[in-house]
Amino acid sequence: MRYFLRRLAFLVPLVWVIVTLAFFLVRVAPGGPFDRERKPASPAVERALAEKYHLDESLGSQYLRFLGLKWETGADGRWHRAPGGLLVGDLGLSLKYRNHTVTDIIRQGLPVSLTLGLLAFGFAMGFGIPIGFYTAVRRGSWGDWIGSLLALVVICVPGFVLGPVLILVFGLQLGWFPVGLWGAPLQAVLPMAALGLFFGGRVARLMREGMTQSLQSEYIRTARAKGASELRVLLRHAFPTAVMPVVSYSGPMLADLLTGSFVVENIFQIPGIGVFMVNSSLSRDYTMVVGLVLLYAILLLVLNLLVDLAYGLLDPRVRYE
Amino acid sequence: MPRADLVILNGPEIETLDPHVLTGQADGRVSGALFEGLTRFDPVSGRGVPGLAERWDVSPDGRLYTFHLRTNAAFSTGEPIRAEDFVWSWRHAVDPTTAADYSGFFFYVKGGKELVTGTSTNLSSLGIRALDPHTVEVELVNPTPFFVDLCAMRIMAVVPRWTVERLGDQWVRADPLPCSGAFELVAWLPNNRVRVRKNPRYWDAASVRPQVVDFLSSDSPSTALNLYLTGEVDVLIEKNLIPLELNDVLLKRPDFHTFSYLGTYFMRFNVTRKPFDDVRVRRAMSLVLDKWRIVERITKLGEKPASAVTPPGTGGYSPPPGLGHNLCVATNATDRAAALAANIAEAKRLLAEAGYPEGRGFPTFTYMFNAGGGGGSRTHEKIAVEFQAMLKEHLGIQMELRPVEWKTYLSEMSRLNYDVIRGSWVGDYQDPTTFLDCFLADSGNNRTGWKNARYDALLERAAGTADPAARAALLQEAETLLCRDEVPILPVFTYTGLYAYDPNRVGGIHPNLTDEHPASAMFLKR
Repeated sequence: MRYFLRRLAFLVPLVWVIVTLAFFLVRVAPGGPFDRERKPASPAVERALAEKYHLDESLGSQYLRFLGLKWETGADGRWHRAPGGLLVGDLGLSLKYRNHTVTDIIRQGLPVSLTLGLLAFGFAMGFGIPIGFYTAVRRGSWGDWIGSLLALVVICVPGFVLGPVLILVFGLQLGWFPVGLWGAPLQAVLPMAALGLFFGGRVARLMREGMTQSLQSEYIRTARAKGASELRVLLRHAFPTAVMPVVSYSGPMLADLLTGSFVVENIFQIPGIGVFMVNSSLSRDYTMVVGLVLLYAILLLVLNLLVDLAYGLLDPRVRYE
Repeated sequence: MPRADLVILNGPEIETLDPHVLTGQADGRVSGALFEGLTRFDPVSGRGVPGLAERWDVSPDGRLYTFHLRTNAAFSTGEPIRAEDFVWSWRHAVDPTTAADYSGFFFYVKGGKELVTGTSTNLSSLGIRALDPHTVEVELVNPTPFFVDLCAMRIMAVVPRWTVERLGDQWVRADPLPCSGAFELVAWLPNNRVRVRKNPRYWDAASVRPQVVDFLSSDSPSTALNLYLTGEVDVLIEKNLIPLELNDVLLKRPDFHTFSYLGTYFMRFNVTRKPFDDVRVRRAMSLVLDKWRIVERITKLGEKPASAVTPPGTGGYSPPPGLGHNLCVATNATDRAAALAANIAEAKRLLAEAGYPEGRGFPTFTYMFNAGGGGGSRTHEKIAVEFQAMLKEHLGIQMELRPVEWKTYLSEMSRLNYDVIRGSWVGDYQDPTTFLDCFLADSGNNRTGWKNARYDALLERAAGTADPAARAALLQEAETLLCRDEVPILPVFTYTGLYAYDPNRVGGIHPNLTDEHPASAMFLKR
């Protein structure tokens, strides 16, 4: 318990460092959020725009404002804290989508990405664990060959190929599933597969490795020697240790899946946040980039913590000091 | 969400609905459905026709417009639209604190330039007055033949004063949002869609046929095409969303339509850098580019090679022949080969005269372009490669390619931190000045470092000339200077637009030069 409290306490400064890096790095890139193909009508307009979003201030001052630690004289002439800031949970307006706050966009997109991510996670597990389990138990058989090849293929074929292929076959040719958009259950099927298959392949390989190693262990021989049934040996004795690599992989995998996938969301026109992850840095949407980095950092760190917790539950050998 | 009557695939995610500050064409299409000005765009001609003003009078000198508003003009929330609303809206748009990128359109209105540039802060000095609740008088700096076209621009639209005053920059998030156009807002979902429905209080509501319209956003051409092919989308309105790799197949279909619009693809020379400060170098490089090869092998939509920056037919104007015009008008292969050979010979002579015979001693330089631009089919890169090969082959000079991402491209171009760079311009209204004004010495869109007092003076004189023929002659003289004599830019071709809809199912979409296709005119044929 103390171990986890310590880890939890360590998260805060770590997130702060990550967000600070993101804040400054995105501002180092050339150009700014308001650079467009045509120039504003006058330098006065350009200045007004920068002023409105405080981009005319020094980097230090912008940073303090972002944190919510900027004090300034208000319209009433009194000294007060500038409104907003990270410390009060306000990430500010998106600089590209200026009528939406970063929080607003995340609030609308994250549930979609979360849903798709969880579906894909379930799909990956449902695809990978049985295949890995089966191919390890039937090592060297035809079934092993086919299963292992399938796992390898889905790892090697990137999403931007897999997605269109799925669309072509199941959407355009067979007409079984919609080719895009979001809202109806059927619309989730192809993106779930496109996103989940790659991870499913990884899971299958990890599972196969784990199971193969586990089956060669002493305690399996002991269990067999004691006359335990084959099913009991495989499920009760071999599986829990064999699944450990999958569990440790599932933390980063879940973080990856939950924060949306640029490729899959783009291909299927899904209103998640994956698209913003990429586009916001291209469009120099400073506030958006920082907000998304913050979200991703928290998700990744928390999920890793949960994975460590799951270790302790699954493997009696693991003890936290 | 049930399907809308009409689903339009609108292009990239819109940034704002605020008609005064928006910049993108996709934003304009949605905002134009919600807000209207004194005039609106005619779906056939793409020019300004009566909108909230039912008619207008123009003084003999062309400088004073009196607009008569419709007495039944009202916002979707019921408030009447009066002359005072226009006065307030225009003042709001020119106010630099509104930070409207397009407020340059108010330079034509008396006092507008002073306000936008910040030399005056007295908003009441703007040349617009409410004579009575239904009459607006607008005073212009010069006779401006395209002024009623400008009045249809988003930035000239009337906005709900009380909402803007209450919510400031976030006024478009008001619920309900008072709209002055053919539609009112139902939902605005980021990265998803904007749903609008017919505004029952719109003055012309009787002729608006779709009840509910969705504007879908997407920036992936293959996704857009899939949605269109499976009937999720009725109209694919954004050219960049049609995968150009499939041109050969798609153009044969009866539901893919091409049209000419006011857009020109060109290259900019940085005239502040050696050796591009030498006009002979610029001319030599311009002459060796085989523009036919580019439009026939790369862009392939029927674009027309151009030697001038203004597309033909812009407001009835014909652009003068620019440098290398002989090649652009050559129709058959023999004539083209002959024209190109003559151009190349001339180019070699010019380059030798500039001190680089056979390209000897010519410094290596870079050509910058935005990578991944041109609809994902890498059009810019292919054009760059062609240009590079032609320069090497004919002039013996070495050009290196420098693909950069979009924001870097914009920032380097603005700071004149390039040698030669890709450029393009899409005109806003049907008059040559929408192109020619870019190259004024003090224009922020010039971005070549080229400054020419005679050019500026010619445009200034043209602006003050009311007689259309005399005005056109002055503009042609200026364009000749720009595109034949001085060539700080190298025009390559004029754009062809492309959209997709089934003509048996959807009506009300017409090709026009301003690329304006108001949703209010579209309808489904049942």
